[in-house]
Amino acid sequence: MSEEQLIFKRSKALTDAYFHYCPGCTHGIAHRLIAEVIEEMDIQDKTIGVCPVGCSVLAYNYFDVDIHEASHGRAPAVATGIRRTLPQDRYVFTYQGDGDLASIGMAEIVHAANRGEKITVVFINNAIYGMTGGQMAPTTLPGMRTTTSPYGRDTALCGHPIRMCELLNTLVEPVFVARGAVTTPKYINRAKKLLRQAFELQHTGFTFVELLSTCPTGWGLTPENSVAWLERNMVPFFPLSVFREPAAMPAAATKYAPDLKVKDDAKA
Amino acid sequence: MATAQRLLMKGTEAIAEAAIRAGCRHFFGYPITPQNEIPEYMSKRLPQVGGVYLQAESEVSASNMLYGAGGSGVRVMTSSSSPGIALMAEGFSYLCGSEIPAVVVNIMRGGPGLGDIQPSQGDYAMCTKGFGHGDKHAIVLAPSTVQEAVDLMALAFDLADQYRNPCVVMGDGLIGQMMEPVTFPEAPVKVYDKPWAATGKPPTRKHNIINSLYLDPEELERHVYHLFEKYERMRADEQRHETFMLDDAPPVVICAYGTMARIAKTAIRELRKTGVKIGLFRPITAWPFPVEALSGVVQSTKVFLAVEMSMGQMIEDVRMVVGRDRPVKFFGRPGGVIPTVEEIIHQVKLLSN
Amino acid sequence: MNRIVIDEDRCKACGLCIPACNRDLLALAAKLNAKGYHPISIHDMDECTACAMCAIVCPEVTIFVYKQAKLKKAG
Repeated sequence: MSEEQLIFKRSKALTDAYFHYCPGCTHGIAHRLIAEVIEEMDIQDKTIGVCPVGCSVLAYNYFDVDIHEASHGRAPAVATGIRRTLPQDRYVFTYQGDGDLASIGMAEIVHAANRGEKITVVFINNAIYGMTGGQMAPTTLPGMRTTTSPYGRDTALCGHPIRMCELLNTLVEPVFVARGAVTTPKYINRAKKLLRQAFELQHTGFTFVELLSTCPTGWGLTPENSVAWLERNMVPFFPLSVFREPAAMPAAATKYAPDLKVKDDAKA
Repeated sequence: MATAQRLLMKGTEAIAEAAIRAGCRHFFGYPITPQNEIPEYMSKRLPQVGGVYLQAESEVSASNMLYGAGGSGVRVMTSSSSPGIALMAEGFSYLCGSEIPAVVVNIMRGGPGLGDIQPSQGDYAMCTKGFGHGDKHAIVLAPSTVQEAVDLMALAFDLADQYRNPCVVMGDGLIGQMMEPVTFPEAPVKVYDKPWAATGKPPTRKHNIINSLYLDPEELERHVYHLFEKYERMRADEQRHETFMLDDAPPVVICAYGTMARIAKTAIRELRKTGVKIGLFRPITAWPFPVEALSGVVQSTKVFLAVEMSMGQMIEDVRMVVGRDRPVKFFGRPGGVIPTVEEIIHQVKLLSN
Repeated sequence: MNRIVIDEDRCKACGLCIPACNRDLLALAAKLNAKGYHPISIHDMDECTACAMCAIVCPEVTIFVYKQAKLKKAG
């Protein structure tokens, strides 16, 4: 009998639980990629996850790692508490949606990044609040209809969508900031590379991967049309790019002032 | 610093040092008067003992760092003051729901709103009944001296670990800011086994989940019943109080805690000199309220006088015990104003008419 | 031979794998799975090239892919 090789399977860093996500929601793909990175780096016994409040609130049933359920928006703070108490060899990641991270949790993400917390933040941007039924999020596009912007997001009233990568890229400490997507095979495979880079760099500093993702139910589109809609509408506003990586540190990251040597009088 | 020494220390700093002596190596806080010396002291001392001091961007964030760190199974602490504690309410509820040990110090100040930075007891109800949403409780310890604050800090960390629940130490601006001689307890730090901690899943066990979400109502109901079994054990075993000059069963009993109890003691000594038979009942645990001890005093008492640095919040717990059997009068001053000995003496005189 | 294995009860009939298969081998089955969805099924396994595109785009991670190992050249 000719040999056959299993070339694609469920990662062992995923539990057997069935995902609760809506049909065609690409959260599941982001889950798979993270689990595969954890498995391939062989760090399942050293990784601690933090899930948000939002559609992925139940992700603690899907990642087969020790994991915390954070309150809405606070995952970066919870992850900071974990990072600062566990040995250096641990890996800590948060998995957050756009309402969680860019709205209620904005202070937490900005300050965790600014402190240079040695964690990886995976930010799923689907431009809407999914779990609560499709409301406008900080990343909702101009003119985009949601249950709380029924006439389309009016930028005169509530501003433009927030580009998190570009925002965090103004900070000095982050070492890896990139945006990908989890819709087409090309994007998915590239997103996995970004996640792998982020996890690999995590012990050197703060790493951030934003992944554009679909919300067929909230957008009112079929799964297939959602993939096309994301390509046509979200990608232009949220360009897919590596904004920062160790090899190419932009000016924003260069230290402005030499580290001041404070005379430590406590040594007396 | 040799531990047996008596040291003259400010309340806030003594509280911080006591936490370190109790094995706390991780502090997450935020500046707010009148408790600033706790984070300041921690930021200097913790690095010296291999610990972590982290100033969060807000009390909201600090309480969630506490939640994450406590989930790693280490002794963790935060401290704040009234408005800051209010911001920590959601995080506190998560600590209870996820059964995470932690110590939260509240050095109370005048309220409501921005209020002022004077000592106050205006958070009694919040700390004992309303610290965050949902059915839950936490032991609330109310020190009235700097030494007692030191002792109660050690106790708080043990109770937190023992019951897998946050524990509140509820002082006020005066206890935080005054200096008194203290000695630090010698007892070795008790170590509690924490198999539930999320430290990285070895192949030998299932993954640990630190969580308070139970979407299935029956499941959440079972979980809350489990929490309340703990709280019943706390009610049964952790009630603490002090009595002062109650041995001759005086007809007038002042109920007061924290700073107010000290002032009441002076008033009682003065009144005793003038022949008035009066004593003090002082709760040390604001929760669980010392119900047994207080009900034992009701029979011999004619009138209770609750004295608080607020508009009267502990008095409700006193009334719940005393009921209609005896009158429970109130004297208190809000806004960070501290009732004086003379004022208390005057109030007691009014009682006798 | 190249083949895929579909955990039918995991499938939510989202259909994302259908356009992903460039040989158009996938379609929703007539029957229903435990959750009441028409699970995906492959109608001509022989044509499968084990490119795994279907598995890559599947949000439920429900497709396993087996690739036939090339016969080792003798010597």
